[in-house]
Amino acid sequence: MRRKPFDRIFLLLLWSAAGLTFGTVIFLVGYILINGLPHIQPSLFAFRYNTENVSLFPALADTVVIVASSLLIAAPVGVFTAIYLVEYASHTNRLVGLVRVMAETLAAIPSIVYGLFGFLFFVGYLGWGFSLLAGSFTLAIMILPLIMRTTEESLKSVPDAYREGAFGLGAGQLRTVFRIVLPAAAPGILAGVILATGRIVGETAALIYTAGTVAQIPENLLGSGRTLAIHMYALSTEGLYTGQAYATAVVLLALVFSVNALSAALAKKIARR
Amino acid sequence: MRNAKERLMKSVFLLSALVFIGAVALIFLFLFANGLPAIAEIGPLKFLLGREWSPNEIPPVFGILPMILGSLYVTAGAIAIGVPAGVFTAVFMAGVCPKPLYTLLKPAVDLLAGIPSIVYGFFGMVVIVPSVRNLFGGDGNSILTASILLGMMILPTIIIVSESALRAVPTELYDGATALGASRERALFAVILPAAKSGVLAAVVLGIGRAVGETMAVIMVAGNQARMPVGLLKGARTLTANIVLEMGEAAELHREALIATGVVLFVFILLINLTFSVIRRERVR
Repeated sequence: MRRKPFDRIFLLLLWSAAGLTFGTVIFLVGYILINGLPHIQPSLFAFRYNTENVSLFPALADTVVIVASSLLIAAPVGVFTAIYLVEYASHTNRLVGLVRVMAETLAAIPSIVYGLFGFLFFVGYLGWGFSLLAGSFTLAIMILPLIMRTTEESLKSVPDAYREGAFGLGAGQLRTVFRIVLPAAAPGILAGVILATGRIVGETAALIYTAGTVAQIPENLLGSGRTLAIHMYALSTEGLYTGQAYATAVVLLALVFSVNALSAALAKKIARR
Repeated sequence: MRNAKERLMKSVFLLSALVFIGAVALIFLFLFANGLPAIAEIGPLKFLLGREWSPNEIPPVFGILPMILGSLYVTAGAIAIGVPAGVFTAVFMAGVCPKPLYTLLKPAVDLLAGIPSIVYGFFGMVVIVPSVRNLFGGDGNSILTASILLGMMILPTIIIVSESALRAVPTELYDGATALGASRERALFAVILPAAKSGVLAAVVLGIGRAVGETMAVIMVAGNQARMPVGLLKGARTLTANIVLEMGEAAELHREALIATGVVLFVFILLINLTFSVIRRERVR
């Protein structure tokens, strides 16, 4: 088939744009892996952090704590809100529209503004100081809209016949929600929660002035601690530990990618049904 | 008994929904209550249009025009780089991509979307900054560097949203165009792309929002000098960077001026978000 000049140029443009995108991904991930993998050594996972051995273990532990506590706060609120919107509220309810607008607003707020708010409210006004608790609450608000929206979608994907069947057998609304609808929607909800985990792991700007940057595992939630992402920021701006910064980047990427892959696999499972 | 439980849980669900409203209200309250007095004290015009930011002078000067322009230039640069690359990649994926290639390209784009901004920033620091320094001179920490990095970061947003907009165009349009003798390329360019216009525009607006709000990656490559931007190869400071860089040791009016910077950023983001909703509503109609 003969192609006209326009077609050829346009096609060339499309191929080069796609090539550029693909090349960017390969180069970025490849560069980090090639430079980071040799620096992954057992000493990086030593229990304590000090200037001779910039271990990432305390940061890893703090990350796990912050993920767990943020999810503990945000998951029930997000899921319950979705239940209210989908299962309880009538479509003409004004509140539904308002809650949706609020969720959209929360989703649009940049993480540094969350950080600023957490600093003013949790750290300052409530007097928690730089602490894992302040960081967790700040991130919990940040991931609320994500959890709510994914839960809402998976609740909507549960066929109405399930609900009608349950009602027909005499189950109340509450029983129907918890025994029938929620189990059916579970993979989708879990996918959303895991996606939120990925966001927490990668977050920096919202944590610097809430959880703080101390490289330690604090004794309790009111102590300050840095997550892996903040650890990496500190290492790369100090400029002394480039090798370790590469290695931390590898750990961070591995963590985020596996979390996202898990979420995608779960989402696919619910889409197939 | 059962009725009481039903009613109790219903109020728990309702209460959860109210948390959303409460959270937004609290964020508004704390930002504005802490930021607006500073704007009033400095003077709104002097604050927004002041060309000098010298918090340590006596008396201190708080003008954030340099940072507003910094954010504007860096975002414009990111759009100039990210939008053409992203939209064309989306057209490629929706229109001409061979299936085996698609199964590679799609996960690659998703991968790009998942990379944390701190990793982008680090990559910018160790790869893009030296490259810009060697190719164009200067010290490498510049508006150009930040634009390139942000362009990369908004790429997945633009691609994913544009692709779904392009796929939402009814196939009849494509079939009609080709039946009238248009080639595949011409049909994509002259029929499908214009039909998906508002979706693509929504993608661009989302990209703008992401670029304006990005903090850590920009700090690591933009130079962060708090002065009026002087050139593409010179450094600049964004609104977001201003907050992170100085919040640690700021006190009194300086601290409030930084919170006011956050208020300005917040208002910008709300306006961008409003634009996005308007575009989307028109699409639905």
